[in-house]
Amino acid sequence: MTSTDMLQIIGESGQTVSEDETGLPPEKLVEMYECMLRTRAMDERMINLQRQGRIGFYVPSTGEEAAQVGSGMVFGADDWIFPSYRMPGTLLMRGASPRAMIANCYGNSEDLCLGRQMPVHYSFAEQNVVSISSPIGTHIIHAVGTAYAMRLRKTDAVAGVFFGDGGTSSNDFHSGMNFAGVWKSPCVFVCSNNQWAISVPFEKQTASESVAVKAKAYGMPGVRVDGNDVLAVYQAVSAAVARARAGVGPTLLELMTYRRGPHSSSDDPTRYRGDQADEWLSRDPILRFRKFLERQDLWSEDREQESSTRVKDELNAAIKEVEKLPPPPLDTMFTDVYAKVPKFLREQYEHLIETEGTGHEADPDAAFPL
Amino acid sequence: MAEITIVQAVNDALMEEMGRDEDVVVLGEDVGVNGGVFRCTADLFDTYGEDRVIDTPLSESGIIGAAIGMALYGLRPVPEIQFSDFIWPAFDQITSELAKMRYRSGGQFTCPMVIRTPYGGGIRGGHYHSQSPEVYFTHTSGLVVVVPSDAYDAKGLLKAAIRSPDPVLFLEPKRIYRAPKTEVPEDDDYIVPLGKAAVRREGTDFTITCYGAMVPVAVEACDKAADQHGWNGEVLDLRTLVPLDEDALLASVTKTGRLVTLQEAPKFTGYSSELSAIVAEKAIDVMEAPIRRVAGFDVPFPFTLEHVYMPHADRVLRAIEDVMTYE
Ligand SMILES: Cc1ncc(C[n+]2csc(CCOP(=O)(O)OP(=O)(O)O)c2C)c(N)n1
Ligand SMILES: [Mg+2]
Repeated sequence: MTSTDMLQIIGESGQTVSEDETGLPPEKLVEMYECMLRTRAMDERMINLQRQGRIGFYVPSTGEEAAQVGSGMVFGADDWIFPSYRMPGTLLMRGASPRAMIANCYGNSEDLCLGRQMPVHYSFAEQNVVSISSPIGTHIIHAVGTAYAMRLRKTDAVAGVFFGDGGTSSNDFHSGMNFAGVWKSPCVFVCSNNQWAISVPFEKQTASESVAVKAKAYGMPGVRVDGNDVLAVYQAVSAAVARARAGVGPTLLELMTYRRGPHSSSDDPTRYRGDQADEWLSRDPILRFRKFLERQDLWSEDREQESSTRVKDELNAAIKEVEKLPPPPLDTMFTDVYAKVPKFLREQYEHLIETEGTGHEADPDAAFPL
Repeated sequence: MAEITIVQAVNDALMEEMGRDEDVVVLGEDVGVNGGVFRCTADLFDTYGEDRVIDTPLSESGIIGAAIGMALYGLRPVPEIQFSDFIWPAFDQITSELAKMRYRSGGQFTCPMVIRTPYGGGIRGGHYHSQSPEVYFTHTSGLVVVVPSDAYDAKGLLKAAIRSPDPVLFLEPKRIYRAPKTEVPEDDDYIVPLGKAAVRREGTDFTITCYGAMVPVAVEACDKAADQHGWNGEVLDLRTLVPLDEDALLASVTKTGRLVTLQEAPKFTGYSSELSAIVAEKAIDVMEAPIRRVAGFDVPFPFTLEHVYMPHADRVLRAIEDVMTYE
């Protein structure tokens, strides 16, 4: 294989184009498909809420569901995930609840992060999904440190880290790949190459013919995968995870996909790109997987209707509940800065309550411009 | 005269300086075809071409490091860091390399450049799109640190910064990027000199120091103090944090004898702490009340509770009342 060859199992009409070695039983295939539907439905719903001004910001991932769900299916409960901000499907697949994710986007009192971060910056300790931050690339080296700790503790867990094509230009991509190569870390690097970093196209990000080829220089294998083919994603990530678990070493995966929507709810892609998005519409990962399932009689129009209605109803019910909740209480601004609230912070809090009370109205005009 | 926004002022300054001096180049993430995520570099790409308006890979240390190399060779780079919250990968390049080049080489090598970056809260951006990082840089010898508070200054100060022989960190207050607008002379090559503060509101009873997006908050608080108590406050917009216009600070407190400092960055070891120390060292005998600092809380910048975090006019007014009623 050359570095630009790409693993593909399902063709665009749902036919099998190379051997399916995933060994996934029918119920797992259906579970993945439904998770992809849920991911898409959540995207549509959250973007809508953002447009209506009910949440402040959102990062859509329409068209990237296979990359998210296919990899999310692979990792075990004891493995750790270091996610990027554009992969709700992976978190859903790992069992994060849609309601908790919605609460994060509202940043209210039910948000596990207590409204301290912008929407989509999730933390799910219960699912071993490590806190997402905005700075690009910083988490790549964290995964390598965690992978080291997993071996020192003699577990067979692995760490999976996810980032975009833009993330491969960050300092910590280099550090992470380099450390992992030297340490033969039980770590899997997953790059979702959606070909854009806001307005910067892949060719301006790197002169490499692919992301996968970068692996060679760090002493690990690199594999390019059709990121809109959920089975190819599952198969490639499985192989990489097995390799890591067996102690052989890390792998870099490049999932080829396309950012069909804007970078975020604040971005206007018509300023910098034409309509390649149309070309990618026909490669829709959900449609493709549906055709595959239908060919095997695992899916039908009736099931599609039933499933999408159920998913939407679930989301709407969760939104209705979450929307009623109050903002986090004022003292949460001062807790978790340190393990114990130090005296000077306690005084700042007490002074705030004494002089301004507890009633504070949010500025309705403040809106995130990016 | 035209009424323009700070975004437009920054864009005009870049457009004009690139036209005046072909050594001026702009580089950063999304600054070219997209014209910058806040539109500050709009139309530069079409006007000056991709060799001088460069969409870089996603690496802040790369952007600043490359700009240093360009400046060493004689170009006048104006790198953009998309949000000041993402400047940290470049901290080493800025503090170890850029700021010290002139000094460590005995003046043989210099790196004049302007690092533009939006800073500050009030836009519902959570802590990675809201911080005010000025003191990390005011603490670094060799850097000039500028914070404009309106379009007139943004244009004039940016032009001065681009022509300055020293490296400048130009912090743009994104909360007031698009409103209010201010009057700027059309087609006028004016400069606002670095290192000079401006009195935004004259008064004799107390002084408020401020910069950037806190200037309108200080003015509002002063208006309230006048309405509610008949006190007449002076608002001193520092404009350049390094070098500080110490004469303006001391002149104002000598006149008023009372000082409230205002910043949105966290309080502890903030820029206002330095102002307070200077006044304590050099003007303690004219002071009629203890100095009061109004600042952000010493916590990471929150998302949902941002409106509680951000200093507002009523909070400033209480500090004014404290210094005015002190006996
Ligand atoms: C260090 C840093 N610099 C700049 C940004 C602003 N920014 C946010 S996302 C982004 C592009 C990221 O592109 P990519 O890694 O390809 O991920 P994608 O958004 O395409 O999923 C940029 C420049 C940031 N968050 N962090
Ligand atoms: Mg990308």
